[in-house]
Amino acid sequence: MTPSPDKAGEVVLRLDGITKRFGNLVANDAISLDLHKGEIVALLGENGAGKTTLMNILFGHYMPDSGAITAFGSRLPAGNPRAALAAGIGMVHQHFALADQLSVAENVMLGTEPLFRLRQHRAQARSRIAGLAQGFGLSINPDARVADLSVGERQRVEILKALYRDVRILILDEPTAVLTPQESDALFATLRRATAQGLSVIFISHKLHEVMAIADRCVVLRHGRVAGMTATADTDRASLATLMVGAALPNASIAPGQGGPVRLRLTNVAAPGLRGLTLGLHGGTITGLAGVSGNGQAALADLIGGVTAPITGEIAVDGVPQVQWTPRQALAAGVGRIPEDRLRTGGIGDFNLAENAVLETYRTRFSRHGLMDWPAIRAHATEIIATCDVRCDGPGQSMRLLSGGNMQKLILGRVLGAAPRIIIASQPVRGLDVGAIAYVHAQLIAARDAGAAILLISEDLDEVQRLSDTIHVISAGRLSPGFARGSISQTDLGLWMAGQGFDHAA
Amino acid sequence: MDLFEILLSASFWAAAVRIASPLIFATMGELICERAGVLNLGIEGIMVIGAFTGWIAVYAGLPLWWGVGTAFAAGAAFGLLHATLTVPFGLSQHVVGLGITLLATATASFAYRLALPEVTSPPKIDPFQPYEIPVLSQIPLLGEALFSQTPLTYAAFGVAGLTAYVLYRTPLGLALRAAGENPAAVAAQGLSVTGLRMGAVIIGSGLMAVGGAFLTLSAFSSFFFDMVNGRGWICIALVVFGAWRPGKALLGALLFAAFDALQIRLQQTSIGAVVPYQAFLMLPYLLSILALIVMSRRAAVPAALMVPYNKGER
Amino acid sequence: MRLEPVLHPGPMRRMVPPALALLATVLVAALLAALAGANPFAVLGQIIVGATGSRLAILETLNRATPLIFTGLAVAVAFRAKLWNIGAEAQLYAGAIVAVLLGTGALAAPLVLPVSALAAMLAGALFLLGPVMLKVRLGVDEVVTTLLLNFIMVLFVSYLLEGPLKDPGGMGWPKSPALLPEARLPRIVEGLRLHWGFVIALLAAFVIWVVQTRTTLGFEMRAVGANLRAARFAGMPVTATLLKTALISGGLAALAGWSEVAGLKGHLSSDLSPGFGYTGIIVAMLALLHPLAIVLTALFVAGVFVGSDAMSRAANVPTYIADMLLATALLTMVLAILLTRFRVVRD
Repeated sequence: MTPSPDKAGEVVLRLDGITKRFGNLVANDAISLDLHKGEIVALLGENGAGKTTLMNILFGHYMPDSGAITAFGSRLPAGNPRAALAAGIGMVHQHFALADQLSVAENVMLGTEPLFRLRQHRAQARSRIAGLAQGFGLSINPDARVADLSVGERQRVEILKALYRDVRILILDEPTAVLTPQESDALFATLRRATAQGLSVIFISHKLHEVMAIADRCVVLRHGRVAGMTATADTDRASLATLMVGAALPNASIAPGQGGPVRLRLTNVAAPGLRGLTLGLHGGTITGLAGVSGNGQAALADLIGGVTAPITGEIAVDGVPQVQWTPRQALAAGVGRIPEDRLRTGGIGDFNLAENAVLETYRTRFSRHGLMDWPAIRAHATEIIATCDVRCDGPGQSMRLLSGGNMQKLILGRVLGAAPRIIIASQPVRGLDVGAIAYVHAQLIAARDAGAAILLISEDLDEVQRLSDTIHVISAGRLSPGFARGSISQTDLGLWMAGQGFDHAA
Repeated sequence: MDLFEILLSASFWAAAVRIASPLIFATMGELICERAGVLNLGIEGIMVIGAFTGWIAVYAGLPLWWGVGTAFAAGAAFGLLHATLTVPFGLSQHVVGLGITLLATATASFAYRLALPEVTSPPKIDPFQPYEIPVLSQIPLLGEALFSQTPLTYAAFGVAGLTAYVLYRTPLGLALRAAGENPAAVAAQGLSVTGLRMGAVIIGSGLMAVGGAFLTLSAFSSFFFDMVNGRGWICIALVVFGAWRPGKALLGALLFAAFDALQIRLQQTSIGAVVPYQAFLMLPYLLSILALIVMSRRAAVPAALMVPYNKGER
Repeated sequence: MRLEPVLHPGPMRRMVPPALALLATVLVAALLAALAGANPFAVLGQIIVGATGSRLAILETLNRATPLIFTGLAVAVAFRAKLWNIGAEAQLYAGAIVAVLLGTGALAAPLVLPVSALAAMLAGALFLLGPVMLKVRLGVDEVVTTLLLNFIMVLFVSYLLEGPLKDPGGMGWPKSPALLPEARLPRIVEGLRLHWGFVIALLAAFVIWVVQTRTTLGFEMRAVGANLRAARFAGMPVTATLLKTALISGGLAALAGWSEVAGLKGHLSSDLSPGFGYTGIIVAMLALLHPLAIVLTALFVAGVFVGSDAMSRAANVPTYIADMLLATALLTMVLAILLTRFRVVRD
């Protein structure tokens, strides 16, 4: 193992030969890993590489098939969720575990006192929270309701929760996914202060530039195994990327779109969560929408998809202003919608694939006089399954039983099968494996080349920059001007994402 | 007697407090369940079983407070059944709750017929007697309304205060509220969502049963099949009306009971001679629906109410 | 413990839990009989014989099943769309009231039956429309409103029977005047005490099955129930679907009351329904909300009631054993159905 050169403190956490199988799948294959006092180790890997499983084992949510975990010299009993917490290990999940209606202080205090005590020590708790917040640069009002906080502030609450519990090992799962580059820098500053005081950090990520910036060492997982372990100083982004995907990255750049007439135009549109947007989507191009999550992306997707109608302003399709703007109207106008949440909005888990394939077209194409044409529906679904390579038992299988990638392929088949002239793709590759990502991107580019106007919403700046012909940034419901492909740096995008620039523009 | 006279009479307010007492027990029980994230539609049947078991225990010779304890235990037992089906197994809270109501009501009827096969009118017991709290009961108006009640009524107010204290002032209450808002947050702290929710449903159901027992042990002194008569459903409406807060729910129960006491008295006035008595009896139910409508846009329903928590899902 | 979906449930997993649920229900019955000091086997035997042992018993079971098929369908249609209509009892009485209003002289012979049936359905439908409008417009929970309306309706019926609809020749009993002969549903076979309401109920089950499986409305109703968000996103008319569901559900429940008055009783009384509306929930859940299966579960539930009545007269076991059995069957069956699709994992 490569010791970290300048911070070879005591080993605080040791994972030794962790193996976990789910049926035939080996999610973790003899993973071993040491964490030293005061160091930041980056845990890298593609989706499905085994990071989440490993953390679930560490926190006792899963029983490992073999292997041992030692924290601060004593062995953690397997499968006990309290053991890791008691040993001083804390985790900040990607999806925050906060109760929205409770205050910051209540969220921080939750579970820190014996349940059956007759009173809470609220005053002490609040002053301790204030002290921690000051000490680590995490400014927050302990009495604020979590529901009123921004995403970045909520993350601070999560970190405060860990610090309040005197954790000595902190695990962060994709912590920057919800932050602007500038907020990420503030987070890194906090982490440096914390490690200087003896905290050890495992930083789970797939963003290589961040890993290079913050980590002392990198551990790369691939297909459930440790593919490489190296000090950050001894490596670079390219070799880390190679370790992650197993071969040199096919960093083929994408040919730009041809451009065409405006298919969809929003003029001064205001809707819940959106402030006076003007946007034109051209046929044959991909327009990327960058932004920190929760800044109006979902509202814009809902608007273009017809789920919400504009309060003021105008939506025009091919120059025709739309009066009644509903999902059905949007579909009729040729808008194809790939929703962010495949199982909550995109499909119906308890319905079979055939039924899911015609959710949007059963009235127009697959029924007559109010009667469903089931043979035609099954044939249609069978065709999508074949052309989009959906791995399943057939059109009669429940949607719930599909993997995320196969679900997305089915939805993609449903949307593209209707030959849409406008496509709104919200986080189309979130949670997918490399193969599925490539497939989705290829399909979007093919649709673009066939003349569709595509709006790509993503929190992954790399994805937005790679695919988009024009990039807009959304921040607090406002839209930046469009930037042509290659005309803006990630730093400048970050400034727009943080809300700078809008005031001058407006 | 005109409206003004009624509203100024101490006996009217005493009646309102008396009518409110069973509702307070059951509303607090339901509120505890719902704050932890479980809708308990078993409430109606659990009140019936509480009314029956409390009464039969006293009829069999146990002291009155043991009757209350028996009712609590019986309610808690049905709560355990409800909780087992809805919390770890995550079954539909609607279906299970209605099933519990049917089962509990049938159990009470069956056991009643088993215990007293031949009687036509149910035997009476010696119920709780009013206890005048020294000094306080001498206050004009307020004294008779609030401080000359049966001990079980004082207990109802005590339970409301205790519920508020536990929910807002103790670590347990914080964990319960969090379980109803975001169970994942509770689980992430190594606390058992299943344990918290099941505990809430069991204790809450026990309180509902005590609410039922109030009817037999304090109000009517014997058991009839239809005596709960929709009070459980009204309590569910009161929880909504009280915006899931014990204090507001307590006020709602008192307000509701005052209207109920008022309609009983209005039946004896000149209005009652013209309007059929059924119209008065409908008022409590209509009022509950009205309360739901009034609160519909304002209520802060616990975010994870009726959402089962399964550790496997992320 | 944790639940894990079973991807490909085999025959064992599909059959064993429901069989165990049935066994548990029978065991509870035996236990209750033993508690009452009777021989469990004799009691079970008497229930079965009481429900099916003679022509009279079978006819009684079929008659009892008729309103249960209607209320079972009403509940199933609504629950399938996740519309929690617990107010079938009130809608049933709405239909019964209309049957009396139109059947005691307001309408002439050839029209009275079809018109009163349609009017009854309309009354039941409108009675459910209120709570559903409150749900879709204001977000008021329909469980509580439909439940409370049951109590209001029972009081309203009591008022009618003591006031406007009181039978002058009723010797003080709260019942309505009898329907005119031409307003009564005839018997299927002369001399057999079984009226056409039973056939209409079978027909209704078939029609609902066709609607649910073959029509766009049925597709929309199922989609709204399975995932409201996805249905709305896909452009389905969610509100209209819920309102249509309410109309169908309320109408079906009203037919139960209409057929009881026009077919069986011939007049309205306050004990017309011994809780058919609530029992409909059990009928529907035991049938897993499947319209055709509801005919079978309604027969089963009716048989348990009729058999228990007969048994209770012979053995000294309270007739409420039937309610306990059915509630037990409901709870064990919903658990059993879950266990056919999920396995319990300890971790």
